[in-house]
Amino acid sequence: MNSRVLQFSAHFILIIGVLIMVVPIWIAFASSTHDNVTVITEGMKWGIGDKFFENYNEVLNRKGGFSQEITATSMFINSFIMAFGIATVKVIISAMSAYAIVYFRFRLATPIFWLIFITLLVPLEVRILPSYQIVSDLNLTNSYTGLVLPLVASATATFFFRQFYMSVPDELLEAAKLDGANSWKFFVDFLLPLSKTMIAAMFIFMFVYGYSQYLWPLIMTTDEKYWTVVMGMKIIFQESYEGGNLPRVAERFSYIILSMIPPVLVVVFLQRWFIKGLIQTEK
Amino acid sequence: MSFLNLENVTKIYPNGTKAVNETSLSISEGELMVFVGPSGCGKSTLLRMIAGLEDITDGEIKLDNRVINKVDPSERDVAMVFQNYALYPHMNVFKNLSYGLKNKGESKEEIEKKVNEVAELLEIKEFLQRKPGQLSGGQRQRVAMGRAIVRNPKAFLFDEPLSNLDAKLRGQVRIEIKKLQKQMGVTSVFVTHDQVEAMTLGDRLAVINEGVIEQVGSPIEVYENPATYFVAEFIGTPQMNFVNGEIKSNQFVSKGFSCPLTSNMSDQEVIFGIRPENLKVNPNGNITIKVDLIEKLGADSIIYGYDKSNNYICYRENGNTKIQSGEEITLEIEEGIYHLFDKETKKRLN
Repeated sequence: MNSRVLQFSAHFILIIGVLIMVVPIWIAFASSTHDNVTVITEGMKWGIGDKFFENYNEVLNRKGGFSQEITATSMFINSFIMAFGIATVKVIISAMSAYAIVYFRFRLATPIFWLIFITLLVPLEVRILPSYQIVSDLNLTNSYTGLVLPLVASATATFFFRQFYMSVPDELLEAAKLDGANSWKFFVDFLLPLSKTMIAAMFIFMFVYGYSQYLWPLIMTTDEKYWTVVMGMKIIFQESYEGGNLPRVAERFSYIILSMIPPVLVVVFLQRWFIKGLIQTEK
Repeated sequence: MSFLNLENVTKIYPNGTKAVNETSLSISEGELMVFVGPSGCGKSTLLRMIAGLEDITDGEIKLDNRVINKVDPSERDVAMVFQNYALYPHMNVFKNLSYGLKNKGESKEEIEKKVNEVAELLEIKEFLQRKPGQLSGGQRQRVAMGRAIVRNPKAFLFDEPLSNLDAKLRGQVRIEIKKLQKQMGVTSVFVTHDQVEAMTLGDRLAVINEGVIEQVGSPIEVYENPATYFVAEFIGTPQMNFVNGEIKSNQFVSKGFSCPLTSNMSDQEVIFGIRPENLKVNPNGNITIKVDLIEKLGADSIIYGYDKSNNYICYRENGNTKIQSGEEITLEIEEGIYHLFDKETKKRLN
């Protein structure tokens, strides 16, 4: 009896949580399928309308910006390149630097680690001017390299990889040494496969981090060709109010829904590794 | 013929700790040498130096007439079985066994053939596709052995490989290892702190204490003629009884009892040692003890008591003893079976 009450209240709380998460998204989605006029005059909608294809087609393919040359699709591609680049390079660099710190007993390894760790205290926003200066001196403004490169060093990921490597038993390294694994092989054949759930987790975090960058691409890019989705959100908001036209509210919702899809996909795909790592204890 | 040869091998850690001190030892081909000693005595360090996992501060290690001091661990032609097996958790058993061969650049067919042979030998064929996490302790132990065997090394190195197994399995695996080693005839070094393992497995033992080999010899030699006080104390359960006293006109005299000696000894202060099984009840014996505690193990009974000068004496009797706690019994020392150690140098005198 008691356990049923407990189960019921637990589910009740969980269902409320789910509703809080899902309802706004549902309203945004439902509203995005109506006519702009309907949404403005009647407010946000709970039910699905009949303008789904028109609105989404319009958002994805209508040319906008000052030059009237870019579309939301191109912004999605830019955002994907930026987020994917940041996440991939971050994971690789962090895994390798953690490997160096943990396994190579060079002098000052620990101070160097803490130096890396301290950079957590200096987020991009704080060092945005010097970062911009460097990128601009290297002529990397308005390029994918410029979008990705200054964001690829990660103290967080280095820290997590370091903690994981330190938990790997020494005997594993010794056995591998006897089996003729050099330091590169040990990294590729042992540490990377052992930390694949870790890599998946880091990749998700870093992808979302890269995807949601706003300030850096805003400063970095003057060429519309390199605009990203998050920047586009501001632009579509401006455009929908300025110019005396009727605000295209429904299309705005379509854009928001679309912008959520890539990070959701990344999470959905990599989640399998996550759960695998949780239920399979390989030690 | 010496096959694995250690010459004045010394290990000093960067913080100044001397783990192994000028140790020399020669192991012949096909022999199973056991390093036994208390934890922290340097036995594992010595083994790891042979494996190449620790640098050698000084001295020389030769395997099959080749100095291997500076040779990379993978090229020393040795294979090691680790205490916790150190199986590769993300690889299945087949890959665990074949990883070393793959790194040596052997062909796929060759690898498959060798792995299958070893798997058959160790009866782990049906597990080849499983991961170590899905195996039991005993099976993992076999895989660890297999990984060593498959490389066909000149020497096996075992670093306390049985200490993670439960008591029953330990006995079985011990016998298996011994059989396998004899069957394959590969020179082996086995490190353990367990004296039963040491006595049963070894062709010879090296008893190590504080980085120094105290004695090398066959298990029975070491048991019957311990070269130092430490060896006498370390080998044998229950422990040997020790009584301080002196030799006076070829007779050992202590406060509690005296015992005539069978060999001629000069007068001096000594430690007198006697194993519990070399005592027997005899009303006309040398030592009278007041029984304090009795342990009945089934096959034998261990009886502890105090002699007249409060030395704690242990005596072993076969079967279920009738002696009661609190009783006084008199024990006779079996003629000639005693051990005398110098009080200062702790070396054996007789």
